[in-house]
Amino acid sequence: MSENYGKLMKEGLWEQNVVFAQMLALCPTMAVTTSGTNGLGMGLASTAVLVIANILVSMIRHTVSSQVRIPVFVVLIATLVTIVDMVINAWMHELYKVLGLFIALIVVNCAILGRAEAFAVKNGVVASAVDGVAMGLGFTGALVVIGLIREFLGAGTLFAQASQLLGPSFAFLEVKISGYGGALLMILPPGAFAVLGFLLAGKRILDRKLAERDAAAANTAPAAA
Amino acid sequence: MKPAENAASLTMQTVASPHAHGGNSVSRTMFRVQVALLPATLYGFWLYGWPSFFLWLLTILSCVGFEAMSLKLGGVTRIRPTLLDGSAVLTGWLLAMTLPPWAPWWVAVLGGFIAIVIGKQVFGGIGQNVFNPAMVARVALLVSFPLPLTLWITPLPLSGAVAPDFVASLRIFLTSLPVPDAMTSATLLGHAKTELSRGVDLAQALSGAPLMSWMGMRGGSFGESAALLILAGGLYLMATRVITWHAPLAVLAGVAIPAAIAHGVNPAHFLSVEAHLLSGALMLGAFFIATDYVTSPNTTAGQIIFGLGIGFLTWVIRSVGGYPEGMAFAVLLMNALTPVIDRFVKPRVLGRDRKGRPLDIPEKA
Repeated sequence: MSENYGKLMKEGLWEQNVVFAQMLALCPTMAVTTSGTNGLGMGLASTAVLVIANILVSMIRHTVSSQVRIPVFVVLIATLVTIVDMVINAWMHELYKVLGLFIALIVVNCAILGRAEAFAVKNGVVASAVDGVAMGLGFTGALVVIGLIREFLGAGTLFAQASQLLGPSFAFLEVKISGYGGALLMILPPGAFAVLGFLLAGKRILDRKLAERDAAAANTAPAAA
Repeated sequence: MKPAENAASLTMQTVASPHAHGGNSVSRTMFRVQVALLPATLYGFWLYGWPSFFLWLLTILSCVGFEAMSLKLGGVTRIRPTLLDGSAVLTGWLLAMTLPPWAPWWVAVLGGFIAIVIGKQVFGGIGQNVFNPAMVARVALLVSFPLPLTLWITPLPLSGAVAPDFVASLRIFLTSLPVPDAMTSATLLGHAKTELSRGVDLAQALSGAPLMSWMGMRGGSFGESAALLILAGGLYLMATRVITWHAPLAVLAGVAIPAAIAHGVNPAHFLSVEAHLLSGALMLGAFFIATDYVTSPNTTAGQIIFGLGIGFLTWVIRSVGGYPEGMAFAVLLMNALTPVIDRFVKPRVLGRDRKGRPLDIPEKA
Protein backbone atom coordinates (compact mmCIF):
# COMPACT_ATOMS: atom_id res chain seq x y z
CA MET A 1 0.00 0.00 0.00
CA SER A 2 2.82 2.41 0.77
CA GLU A 3 3.81 2.38 -2.88
CA ASN A 4 0.23 3.33 -3.67
CA TYR A 5 0.40 6.37 -1.40
CA GLY A 6 3.60 7.41 -3.11
CA LYS A 7 1.77 7.23 -6.41
CA LEU A 8 -1.07 9.33 -4.96
CA MET A 9 1.41 11.96 -3.80
CA LYS A 10 3.12 12.02 -7.18
CA GLU A 11 -0.20 12.39 -8.98
CA GLY A 12 -1.38 15.19 -6.71
CA LEU A 13 1.85 17.13 -6.82
CA TRP A 14 2.67 16.77 -10.51
CA GLU A 15 0.87 14.40 -12.87
CA GLN A 16 -2.67 15.33 -11.86
CA ASN A 17 -1.84 18.75 -10.42
CA VAL A 18 -5.09 20.64 -9.80
CA VAL A 19 -3.98 23.74 -11.69
CA PHE A 20 -1.36 22.58 -14.16
CA ALA A 21 -2.92 19.29 -15.26
CA GLN A 22 -6.61 19.24 -14.35
CA MET A 23 -7.03 22.97 -14.99
CA LEU A 24 -9.48 23.17 -12.09
CA ALA A 25 -9.89 25.96 -9.55
CA LEU A 26 -8.69 28.55 -12.03
CA CYS A 27 -10.85 31.28 -10.52
CA PRO A 28 -9.02 31.43 -7.17
CA THR A 29 -5.78 30.77 -9.03
CA MET A 30 -6.24 33.89 -11.14
CA ALA A 31 -7.69 36.03 -8.38
CA VAL A 32 -5.40 35.54 -5.38
CA THR A 33 -2.01 35.02 -6.99
CA THR A 34 -1.02 38.67 -6.94
CA SER A 35 1.73 37.72 -4.48
CA GLY A 36 3.45 34.61 -3.22
CA THR A 37 2.11 35.17 0.27
CA ASN A 38 -1.49 35.35 -0.89
CA GLY A 39 -1.01 32.19 -2.92
CA LEU A 40 0.50 30.37 0.03
CA GLY A 41 -2.26 31.41 2.43
CA MET A 42 -4.99 30.51 -0.01
CA GLY A 43 -3.34 27.22 -0.86
CA LEU A 44 -2.95 26.15 2.77
CA ALA A 45 -6.52 27.11 3.66
CA SER A 46 -7.79 25.18 0.62
CA THR A 47 -5.62 22.20 1.56
CA ALA A 48 -7.13 22.10 5.06
CA VAL A 49 -10.65 22.12 3.64
CA LEU A 50 -9.74 19.57 0.98
CA VAL A 51 -8.26 17.07 3.43
CA ILE A 52 -11.15 17.26 5.90
CA ALA A 53 -13.74 17.19 3.10
CA ASN A 54 -12.08 14.12 1.57
CA ILE A 55 -12.01 12.31 4.93
CA LEU A 56 -15.65 13.12 5.73
CA VAL A 57 -16.92 12.24 2.25
CA SER A 58 -15.03 8.96 2.38
CA MET A 59 -16.53 8.18 5.79
CA ILE A 60 -20.12 8.77 4.70
CA ARG A 61 -19.76 7.31 1.23
CA HIS A 62 -21.79 4.19 2.02
CA THR A 63 -24.63 6.00 3.81
CA VAL A 64 -25.37 8.70 1.22
CA SER A 65 -27.26 7.53 -1.82
CA SER A 66 -25.85 8.58 -5.13
CA GLN A 67 -28.98 10.59 -6.02
CA VAL A 68 -28.49 13.13 -3.24
CA ARG A 69 -24.70 13.01 -2.94
CA ILE A 70 -23.98 16.34 -4.65
CA PRO A 71 -26.18 18.49 -2.33
CA VAL A 72 -24.81 16.61 0.67
CA PHE A 73 -21.21 17.20 -0.42
CA VAL A 74 -21.89 20.88 -1.09
CA VAL A 75 -23.43 21.40 2.34
CA LEU A 76 -20.53 19.52 3.91
CA ILE A 77 -17.90 21.60 2.11
CA ALA A 78 -19.74 24.85 2.81
CA THR A 79 -19.87 23.99 6.52
CA LEU A 80 -16.15 23.21 6.54
CA VAL A 81 -15.30 26.46 4.79
CA THR A 82 -17.39 28.42 7.26
CA ILE A 83 -15.56 26.76 10.15
CA VAL A 84 -12.14 27.41 8.60
CA ASP A 85 -13.17 31.01 7.95
CA MET A 86 -14.16 31.49 11.60
CA VAL A 87 -11.09 29.69 12.93
CA ILE A 88 -8.73 31.84 10.90
CA ASN A 89 -10.61 34.98 11.87
CA ALA A 90 -10.45 34.07 15.54
CA TRP A 91 -6.90 32.76 15.96
CA MET A 92 -5.02 34.03 12.93
CA HIS A 93 -6.54 37.44 12.48
CA GLU A 94 -3.56 38.90 10.63
CA LEU A 95 -3.81 36.16 8.02
CA TYR A 96 -7.54 36.75 7.82
CA LYS A 97 -6.94 40.39 7.01
CA VAL A 98 -4.59 39.40 4.16
CA LEU A 99 -6.83 36.74 2.63
CA GLY A 100 -10.15 38.38 3.47
CA LEU A 101 -12.94 37.46 1.11
CA PHE A 102 -11.06 34.69 -0.63
CA ILE A 103 -11.45 32.23 2.24
CA ALA A 104 -15.22 32.18 1.81
CA LEU A 105 -14.65 31.57 -1.88
CA ILE A 106 -12.95 28.22 -1.17
CA VAL A 107 -16.48 26.85 -1.17
CA VAL A 108 -16.75 27.40 -4.92
CA ASN A 109 -13.35 25.84 -5.53
CA CYS A 110 -14.31 23.06 -7.91
CA ALA A 111 -11.18 21.10 -7.05
CA ILE A 112 -12.66 20.22 -3.66
CA LEU A 113 -15.98 18.93 -4.98
CA GLY A 114 -14.02 17.38 -7.83
CA ARG A 115 -11.83 15.32 -5.50
CA ALA A 116 -14.86 14.33 -3.42
CA GLU A 117 -16.58 13.07 -6.57
CA ALA A 118 -13.58 11.57 -8.30
CA PHE A 119 -11.71 10.03 -5.41
CA ALA A 120 -13.10 10.17 -1.88
CA VAL A 121 -16.45 8.65 -2.80
CA LYS A 122 -14.72 5.56 -4.20
CA ASN A 123 -11.84 5.08 -1.73
CA GLY A 124 -11.10 4.47 1.89
CA VAL A 125 -10.53 7.10 4.55
CA VAL A 126 -6.73 6.94 4.70
CA ALA A 127 -6.29 6.95 0.93
CA SER A 128 -8.70 9.87 0.69
CA ALA A 129 -6.77 11.81 3.30
CA VAL A 130 -3.49 11.20 1.46
CA ASP A 131 -5.12 12.24 -1.79
CA GLY A 132 -6.39 15.43 -0.14
CA VAL A 133 -2.94 16.27 1.17
CA ALA A 134 -1.31 15.57 -2.20
CA MET A 135 -3.84 17.53 -4.22
CA GLY A 136 -3.85 20.37 -1.70
CA LEU A 137 -0.08 20.66 -1.67
CA GLY A 138 -0.01 20.52 -5.46
CA PHE A 139 -2.55 23.33 -5.55
CA THR A 140 -0.58 25.31 -2.96
CA GLY A 141 2.61 24.82 -4.92
CA ALA A 142 0.99 26.03 -8.12
CA LEU A 143 -0.45 29.10 -6.40
CA VAL A 144 2.86 29.95 -4.77
CA VAL A 145 4.79 29.59 -8.03
CA ILE A 146 2.33 31.73 -10.02
CA GLY A 147 2.12 34.22 -7.15
CA LEU A 148 5.89 34.53 -6.84
CA ILE A 149 6.41 35.05 -10.56
CA ARG A 150 3.68 37.68 -10.77
CA GLU A 151 4.88 39.39 -7.61
CA PHE A 152 8.49 39.41 -8.77
CA LEU A 153 7.72 40.78 -12.23
CA GLY A 154 4.89 43.04 -11.18
CA ALA A 155 6.07 44.59 -7.94
CA GLY A 156 9.73 43.63 -7.59
CA THR A 157 9.20 41.80 -4.30
CA LEU A 158 9.11 38.20 -3.11
CA PHE A 159 6.86 36.99 -0.28
CA ALA A 160 5.87 40.51 0.74
CA GLN A 161 3.95 40.50 4.03
CA ALA A 162 4.95 36.89 4.67
CA SER A 163 5.69 37.74 8.30
CA GLN A 164 2.07 38.79 8.69
CA LEU A 165 0.91 35.42 7.48
CA LEU A 166 3.45 33.09 9.06
CA GLY A 167 4.62 35.06 12.05
CA PRO A 168 7.56 37.46 12.57
CA SER A 169 10.16 34.67 12.41
CA PHE A 170 9.48 34.30 8.69
CA ALA A 171 10.37 37.91 7.93
CA PHE A 172 13.59 36.69 6.28
CA LEU A 173 11.51 35.43 3.36
CA GLU A 174 10.59 38.94 2.34
CA VAL A 175 12.77 40.17 -0.50
CA LYS A 176 12.63 43.54 -2.17
CA ILE A 177 14.51 44.20 -5.38
CA SER A 178 15.65 47.78 -5.11
CA GLY A 179 15.44 50.02 -8.12
CA TYR A 180 12.76 48.02 -9.87
CA GLY A 181 9.27 49.44 -9.82
CA GLY A 182 7.64 46.46 -11.45
CA ALA A 183 5.39 46.03 -14.45
CA LEU A 184 1.89 46.77 -13.27
CA LEU A 185 0.38 44.53 -15.94
CA MET A 186 1.67 41.40 -14.22
CA ILE A 187 -0.37 42.19 -11.10
CA LEU A 188 -3.46 42.81 -13.22
CA PRO A 189 -5.56 39.90 -14.59
CA PRO A 190 -3.74 39.66 -17.98
CA GLY A 191 -0.53 38.92 -16.07
CA ALA A 192 -2.19 35.95 -14.37
CA PHE A 193 -3.32 34.50 -17.70
CA ALA A 194 0.07 35.06 -19.32
CA VAL A 195 2.02 33.49 -16.43
CA LEU A 196 -0.32 30.49 -16.24
CA GLY A 197 -0.07 30.02 -20.00
CA PHE A 198 3.71 30.07 -20.03
CA LEU A 199 3.89 27.72 -17.04
CA LEU A 200 1.51 25.27 -18.74
CA ALA A 201 3.62 25.39 -21.88
CA GLY A 202 6.74 24.83 -19.79
CA LYS A 203 5.19 21.85 -17.99
CA ARG A 204 4.20 20.26 -21.29
CA ILE A 205 7.70 20.69 -22.70
CA LEU A 206 9.17 19.21 -19.51
CA ASP A 207 6.74 16.28 -19.55
CA ARG A 208 7.58 15.57 -23.18
CA LYS A 209 11.30 15.66 -22.46
CA LEU A 210 10.81 13.31 -19.49
CA ALA A 211 8.73 10.90 -21.56
CA GLU A 212 11.41 10.88 -24.27
CA ARG A 213 14.09 10.20 -21.67
CA ASP A 214 12.07 7.36 -20.13
CA ALA A 215 11.45 5.87 -23.56
CA ALA A 216 15.14 6.08 -24.34
CA ALA A 217 15.99 4.45 -21.01
CA ALA A 218 13.44 1.68 -21.66
CA ASN A 219 14.98 1.05 -25.05
CA THR A 220 18.55 0.86 -23.84
CA ALA A 221 17.90 -1.18 -20.71
CA PRO A 222 17.00 -4.47 -22.43
CA ALA A 223 19.91 -4.05 -24.82
CA ALA A 224 22.32 -3.72 -21.94
CA ALA A 225 20.83 -6.75 -20.22
CA MET B 1 -2.43 -0.13 -49.95
CA LYS B 2 -6.19 0.23 -50.38
CA PRO B 3 -6.73 3.51 -48.48
CA ALA B 4 -3.78 5.14 -50.16
CA GLU B 5 -5.18 4.30 -53.57
CA ASN B 6 -8.52 5.75 -52.58
CA ALA B 7 -6.87 8.92 -51.40
CA ALA B 8 -4.95 9.16 -54.65
CA SER B 9 -8.11 8.83 -56.71
CA LEU B 10 -9.73 11.63 -54.70
CA THR B 11 -6.83 14.02 -55.14
CA MET B 12 -7.75 16.88 -57.39
CA GLN B 13 -5.68 17.26 -60.51
CA THR B 14 -4.17 20.65 -61.13
CA VAL B 15 -4.87 21.22 -64.78
CA ALA B 16 -2.75 23.44 -66.95
CA SER B 17 -4.82 26.54 -67.35
CA PRO B 18 -4.14 30.20 -67.82
CA HIS B 19 -3.28 30.56 -64.11
CA ALA B 20 -1.40 33.83 -63.97
CA HIS B 21 0.51 34.57 -60.79
CA GLY B 22 0.29 38.19 -59.72
CA GLY B 23 3.80 38.03 -58.35
CA ASN B 24 2.55 39.13 -54.95
CA SER B 25 3.86 37.61 -51.76
CA VAL B 26 4.00 38.23 -48.05
CA SER B 27 7.53 39.57 -48.27
CA ARG B 28 6.71 41.96 -51.12
CA THR B 29 3.72 43.37 -49.20
CA MET B 30 5.81 43.75 -46.05
CA PHE B 31 8.57 45.42 -48.06
CA ARG B 32 6.16 47.94 -49.55
CA VAL B 33 4.75 48.81 -46.14
CA GLN B 34 8.29 49.36 -44.91
CA VAL B 35 9.03 51.63 -47.86
CA ALA B 36 5.90 53.57 -46.98
CA LEU B 37 7.07 53.94 -43.38
CA LEU B 38 10.53 55.11 -44.41
CA PRO B 39 9.93 58.86 -44.86
CA ALA B 40 8.30 59.30 -41.46
CA THR B 41 10.99 57.11 -39.87
CA LEU B 42 13.93 59.02 -41.35
CA TYR B 43 12.28 62.27 -40.36
CA GLY B 44 11.82 60.87 -36.85
CA PHE B 45 15.57 60.14 -36.67
CA TRP B 46 16.29 63.72 -37.67
CA LEU B 47 13.81 65.13 -35.14
CA TYR B 48 14.77 63.07 -32.12
CA GLY B 49 18.35 62.12 -32.81
CA TRP B 50 20.42 59.00 -32.21
CA PRO B 51 18.46 57.64 -29.22
CA SER B 52 15.44 57.19 -31.46
CA PHE B 53 17.59 55.33 -33.99
CA PHE B 54 18.85 52.93 -31.31
CA LEU B 55 15.29 52.41 -30.12
CA TRP B 56 14.09 51.65 -33.64
CA LEU B 57 16.96 49.26 -34.33
CA LEU B 58 16.68 47.35 -31.07
CA THR B 59 12.90 47.02 -31.29
CA ILE B 60 13.18 45.43 -34.73
CA LEU B 61 16.11 43.23 -33.71
CA SER B 62 14.32 41.97 -30.62
CA CYS B 63 11.16 41.24 -32.62
CA VAL B 64 13.15 39.20 -35.14
CA GLY B 65 15.08 37.50 -32.34
CA PHE B 66 11.96 36.48 -30.43
CA GLU B 67 10.36 35.33 -33.68
CA ALA B 68 13.32 33.07 -34.36
CA MET B 69 13.22 31.76 -30.79
CA SER B 70 9.47 31.04 -30.96
CA LEU B 71 9.78 29.28 -34.30
CA LYS B 72 12.60 27.15 -32.97
CA LEU B 73 10.66 26.25 -29.83
CA GLY B 74 7.59 25.52 -31.96
CA GLY B 75 9.53 22.99 -33.98
CA VAL B 76 9.44 24.88 -37.28
CA THR B 77 12.17 23.46 -39.48
CA ARG B 78 12.48 26.23 -42.06
CA ILE B 79 13.08 29.23 -39.83
CA ARG B 80 14.99 31.43 -42.21
CA PRO B 81 12.26 31.89 -44.89
CA THR B 82 9.71 32.77 -42.21
CA LEU B 83 12.09 35.26 -40.65
CA LEU B 84 12.86 36.80 -44.00
CA ASP B 85 9.20 37.37 -44.91
CA GLY B 86 9.55 40.67 -43.08
CA SER B 87 6.49 40.39 -40.88
CA ALA B 88 8.46 40.45 -37.63
CA VAL B 89 10.52 43.37 -38.91
CA LEU B 90 7.36 45.26 -39.73
CA THR B 91 5.82 44.53 -36.32
CA GLY B 92 8.93 45.86 -34.63
CA TRP B 93 9.04 48.86 -36.90
CA LEU B 94 5.40 49.77 -36.22
CA LEU B 95 5.90 49.28 -32.49
CA ALA B 96 8.97 51.53 -32.50
CA MET B 97 6.99 54.21 -34.33
CA THR B 98 4.51 54.37 -31.47
CA LEU B 99 7.06 54.50 -28.65
CA PRO B 100 8.41 57.67 -27.06
CA PRO B 101 11.58 58.47 -29.01
CA TRP B 102 13.93 58.33 -26.02
CA ALA B 103 12.50 55.22 -24.42
CA PRO B 104 15.23 53.09 -22.77
CA TRP B 105 16.54 49.82 -24.25
CA TRP B 106 14.52 47.48 -22.07
CA VAL B 107 11.29 48.98 -23.40
CA ALA B 108 12.38 47.89 -26.88
CA VAL B 109 13.30 44.35 -25.79
CA LEU B 110 10.22 43.82 -23.66
CA GLY B 111 8.03 45.33 -26.36
CA GLY B 112 9.48 42.92 -28.89
CA PHE B 113 8.81 40.00 -26.55
CA ILE B 114 5.21 40.99 -25.88
CA ALA B 115 4.47 41.75 -29.54
CA ILE B 116 5.94 38.59 -31.01
CA VAL B 117 5.56 35.96 -28.31
CA ILE B 118 2.34 36.99 -26.58
CA GLY B 119 0.77 38.96 -29.43
CA LYS B 120 1.56 36.69 -32.34
CA GLN B 121 3.30 33.35 -31.80
CA VAL B 122 1.10 31.95 -29.02
CA PHE B 123 -1.82 32.24 -31.43
CA GLY B 124 0.10 30.24 -34.02
CA GLY B 125 2.28 32.72 -35.88
CA ILE B 126 1.70 34.82 -38.94
CA GLY B 127 -1.91 35.06 -40.03
CA GLN B 128 -3.28 33.49 -36.84
CA ASN B 129 -3.15 36.35 -34.36
CA VAL B 130 -6.42 37.87 -33.16
CA PHE B 131 -4.92 41.18 -32.08
CA ASN B 132 -2.46 43.45 -33.82
CA PRO B 133 0.88 42.47 -32.21
CA ALA B 134 2.36 45.98 -32.24
CA MET B 135 -0.72 47.39 -30.53
CA VAL B 136 -0.76 44.58 -27.95
CA ALA B 137 2.81 45.45 -27.03
CA ARG B 138 2.10 49.18 -27.01
CA VAL B 139 -0.86 48.80 -24.64
CA ALA B 140 0.93 46.30 -22.39
CA LEU B 141 3.92 48.63 -22.08
CA LEU B 142 1.74 51.67 -21.45
CA VAL B 143 -0.25 49.93 -18.73
CA SER B 144 2.87 48.45 -17.12
CA PHE B 145 5.22 51.42 -17.28
CA PRO B 146 3.16 54.62 -17.43
CA LEU B 147 6.11 56.91 -16.70
CA PRO B 148 8.74 56.03 -19.33
CA LEU B 149 5.99 55.50 -21.89
CA THR B 150 4.67 59.05 -21.57
CA LEU B 151 7.96 60.93 -21.54
CA TRP B 152 7.88 63.04 -24.66
CA ILE B 153 11.05 64.67 -25.90
CA THR B 154 10.93 68.07 -27.51
CA PRO B 155 12.29 67.71 -31.04
CA LEU B 156 16.03 68.44 -31.09
CA PRO B 157 16.97 68.23 -34.76
CA LEU B 158 20.26 66.46 -35.36
CA SER B 159 21.63 69.57 -37.05
CA GLY B 160 21.07 71.65 -33.91
CA ALA B 161 23.69 72.22 -31.23
CA VAL B 162 21.72 70.75 -28.29
CA ALA B 163 21.22 67.35 -29.86
CA PRO B 164 23.18 64.63 -28.02
CA ASP B 165 26.06 63.10 -30.02
CA PHE B 166 26.43 59.39 -30.75
CA VAL B 167 28.09 58.38 -27.48
CA ALA B 168 25.84 60.52 -25.29
CA SER B 169 22.85 59.06 -27.11
CA LEU B 170 24.03 55.54 -26.43
CA ARG B 171 24.30 56.44 -22.76
CA ILE B 172 20.76 57.85 -22.76
CA PHE B 173 19.48 54.71 -24.42
CA LEU B 174 21.30 52.20 -22.23
CA THR B 175 21.17 53.74 -18.79
CA SER B 176 17.71 55.34 -18.85
CA LEU B 177 18.94 58.36 -16.96
CA PRO B 178 16.26 60.85 -16.05
CA VAL B 179 15.80 63.30 -18.89
CA PRO B 180 15.91 66.95 -17.85
CA ASP B 181 12.45 68.50 -17.70
CA ALA B 182 13.47 71.27 -20.07
CA MET B 183 13.88 68.75 -22.86
CA THR B 184 10.42 67.26 -22.50
CA SER B 185 7.01 68.56 -23.34
CA ALA B 186 3.44 67.35 -23.29
CA THR B 187 1.72 66.08 -26.39
CA LEU B 188 -1.23 68.05 -27.64
CA LEU B 189 -3.70 65.47 -26.38
CA GLY B 190 -1.94 65.08 -23.02
CA HIS B 191 -1.74 68.84 -22.59
CA ALA B 192 -5.43 69.28 -23.40
CA LYS B 193 -6.43 66.54 -20.95
CA THR B 194 -4.32 67.95 -18.12
CA GLU B 195 -5.54 71.49 -18.63
CA LEU B 196 -9.16 70.37 -18.82
CA SER B 197 -8.80 68.43 -15.59
CA ARG B 198 -7.41 71.60 -13.98
CA GLY B 199 -10.51 73.46 -15.10
CA VAL B 200 -8.81 75.51 -17.80
CA ASP B 201 -10.86 75.61 -20.97
CA LEU B 202 -9.34 74.64 -24.28
CA ALA B 203 -9.41 78.08 -25.93
CA GLN B 204 -7.03 79.27 -23.24
CA ALA B 205 -5.00 76.07 -22.92
CA LEU B 206 -4.11 75.79 -26.57
CA SER B 207 -3.07 79.37 -27.15
CA GLY B 208 0.71 79.52 -27.22
CA ALA B 209 2.92 76.52 -27.81
CA PRO B 210 3.01 75.16 -31.36
CA LEU B 211 1.46 71.89 -30.38
CA MET B 212 -0.22 71.25 -33.67
CA SER B 213 1.75 70.82 -36.81
CA TRP B 214 1.59 68.93 -40.06
CA MET B 215 5.34 68.41 -39.92
CA GLY B 216 5.45 67.11 -36.38
CA MET B 217 7.65 69.75 -34.76
CA ARG B 218 6.37 68.92 -31.30
CA GLY B 219 6.60 66.31 -28.60
CA GLY B 220 5.20 62.94 -29.56
CA SER B 221 5.93 59.34 -30.40
CA PHE B 222 9.01 58.63 -32.49
CA GLY B 223 7.36 58.02 -35.84
CA GLU B 224 3.85 59.30 -35.74
CA SER B 225 4.09 63.03 -35.20
CA ALA B 226 4.67 63.98 -38.83
CA ALA B 227 1.12 63.51 -40.10
CA LEU B 228 2.01 64.59 -43.61
CA LEU B 229 4.71 61.96 -44.10
CA ILE B 230 2.52 59.19 -42.69
CA LEU B 231 -0.22 60.32 -45.05
CA ALA B 232 2.21 60.20 -47.96
CA GLY B 233 3.20 56.66 -46.99
CA GLY B 234 -0.46 55.69 -46.81
CA LEU B 235 -1.15 57.11 -50.26
CA TYR B 236 1.82 55.18 -51.63
CA LEU B 237 0.33 51.97 -50.17
CA MET B 238 -2.98 52.73 -51.84
CA ALA B 239 -1.27 53.46 -55.15
CA THR B 240 0.55 50.11 -55.03
CA ARG B 241 -2.73 48.44 -53.98
CA VAL B 242 -1.33 47.06 -50.77
CA ILE B 243 -4.27 48.62 -48.93
CA THR B 244 -7.65 49.95 -50.01
CA TRP B 245 -9.16 53.28 -49.02
CA HIS B 246 -12.03 51.83 -46.98
CA ALA B 247 -10.54 51.25 -43.55
CA PRO B 248 -8.31 54.38 -43.39
CA LEU B 249 -11.05 56.72 -44.55
CA ALA B 250 -13.51 55.14 -42.13
CA VAL B 251 -11.08 55.61 -39.22
CA LEU B 252 -10.54 59.26 -40.10
CA ALA B 253 -14.30 59.78 -40.54
CA GLY B 254 -15.00 57.96 -37.30
CA VAL B 255 -12.91 60.54 -35.46
CA ALA B 256 -13.74 63.60 -37.56
CA ILE B 257 -17.54 63.36 -37.49
CA PRO B 258 -18.06 63.19 -33.70
CA ALA B 259 -15.22 65.68 -33.22
CA ALA B 260 -16.88 68.17 -35.56
CA ILE B 261 -20.24 67.84 -33.83
CA ALA B 262 -18.83 68.06 -30.30
CA HIS B 263 -16.47 70.93 -31.13
CA GLY B 264 -19.35 72.79 -32.76
CA VAL B 265 -21.48 72.39 -29.66
CA ASN B 266 -18.83 73.16 -27.04
CA PRO B 267 -15.47 74.38 -28.38
CA ALA B 268 -14.19 75.06 -24.87
CA HIS B 269 -14.40 71.41 -23.93
CA PHE B 270 -13.81 69.41 -27.11
CA LEU B 271 -10.81 69.59 -29.44
CA SER B 272 -11.29 70.63 -33.04
CA VAL B 273 -11.33 68.21 -35.94
CA GLU B 274 -7.92 69.39 -37.10
CA ALA B 275 -6.39 68.85 -33.66
CA HIS B 276 -7.79 65.32 -33.56
CA LEU B 277 -6.65 64.40 -37.04
CA LEU B 278 -3.13 65.74 -36.66
CA SER B 279 -2.31 64.42 -33.24
CA GLY B 280 -1.41 61.15 -31.63
CA ALA B 281 -1.39 57.91 -33.52
CA LEU B 282 -4.40 58.64 -35.70
CA MET B 283 -2.68 58.81 -39.08
CA LEU B 284 -0.42 55.85 -38.35
CA GLY B 285 -3.34 53.88 -36.99
CA ALA B 286 -5.62 54.66 -39.90
CA PHE B 287 -3.17 53.77 -42.68
CA PHE B 288 -0.85 51.18 -41.14
CA ILE B 289 -2.67 49.51 -38.24
CA ALA B 290 -6.34 49.40 -39.23
CA THR B 291 -5.35 47.99 -42.62
CA ASP B 292 -3.59 44.93 -41.16
CA TYR B 293 -4.89 42.00 -43.24
CA VAL B 294 -4.90 39.54 -40.38
CA THR B 295 -6.81 41.46 -37.74
CA SER B 296 -9.34 43.38 -39.84
CA PRO B 297 -12.55 42.13 -41.49
CA ASN B 298 -12.48 40.52 -44.92
CA THR B 299 -15.16 42.49 -46.73
CA THR B 300 -15.02 46.15 -47.69
CA ALA B 301 -18.29 46.82 -45.85
CA GLY B 302 -16.83 45.10 -42.81
CA GLN B 303 -13.67 47.18 -43.06
CA ILE B 304 -15.75 50.37 -43.10
CA ILE B 305 -17.61 49.28 -39.96
CA PHE B 306 -14.28 48.29 -38.39
CA GLY B 307 -12.67 51.65 -39.25
CA LEU B 308 -15.63 53.71 -38.06
CA GLY B 309 -15.56 51.78 -34.81
CA ILE B 310 -11.86 52.42 -34.29
CA GLY B 311 -12.27 56.11 -35.07
CA PHE B 312 -15.29 56.58 -32.85
CA LEU B 313 -13.77 54.68 -29.91
CA THR B 314 -10.56 56.68 -30.29
CA TRP B 315 -12.53 59.91 -30.12
CA VAL B 316 -14.50 58.68 -27.09
CA ILE B 317 -11.34 57.65 -25.21
CA ARG B 318 -9.58 60.91 -26.07
CA SER B 319 -12.55 63.08 -25.13
CA VAL B 320 -14.04 61.42 -22.07
CA GLY B 321 -11.66 58.58 -21.14
CA GLY B 322 -8.83 58.54 -18.64
CA TYR B 323 -6.00 58.28 -21.18
CA PRO B 324 -5.15 61.21 -23.46
CA GLU B 325 -4.75 58.89 -26.46
CA GLY B 326 -6.86 55.85 -27.24
CA MET B 327 -5.86 54.65 -30.68
CA ALA B 328 -4.21 51.43 -29.49
CA PHE B 329 -7.07 50.57 -27.15
CA ALA B 330 -9.62 51.25 -29.89
CA VAL B 331 -7.74 49.03 -32.34
CA LEU B 332 -7.60 46.16 -29.83
CA LEU B 333 -11.31 46.48 -29.03
CA MET B 334 -12.24 46.40 -32.70
CA ASN B 335 -9.80 43.52 -33.33
CA ALA B 336 -11.84 41.57 -30.80
CA LEU B 337 -15.01 42.41 -32.75
CA THR B 338 -13.53 41.44 -36.13
CA PRO B 339 -14.82 37.82 -36.07
CA VAL B 340 -18.29 39.14 -35.20
CA ILE B 341 -18.18 41.64 -38.07
CA ASP B 342 -17.03 38.91 -40.42
CA ARG B 343 -19.90 36.74 -39.29
CA PHE B 344 -22.56 39.32 -40.06
CA VAL B 345 -21.03 41.01 -43.09
CA LYS B 346 -20.27 38.32 -45.60
CA PRO B 347 -19.29 38.65 -49.22
CA ARG B 348 -21.85 37.57 -51.82
CA VAL B 349 -21.23 34.01 -52.95
CA LEU B 350 -20.63 33.77 -56.68
CA GLY B 351 -23.85 32.82 -58.43
CA ARG B 352 -26.04 33.67 -55.45
CA ASP B 353 -27.65 36.81 -54.11
CA ARG B 354 -26.84 38.40 -50.74
CA LYS B 355 -29.28 36.14 -48.92
CA GLY B 356 -27.72 33.02 -50.38
CA ARG B 357 -30.46 32.21 -52.92
CA PRO B 358 -29.37 31.11 -56.39
CA LEU B 359 -29.52 33.88 -58.95
CA ASP B 360 -32.14 33.68 -61.69
CA ILE B 361 -30.15 33.44 -64.84
CA PRO B 362 -32.34 34.10 -67.87
CA GLU B 363 -32.15 31.30 -70.37
CA LYS B 364 -30.66 32.33 -73.65
CA ALA B 365 -32.98 31.93 -76.51
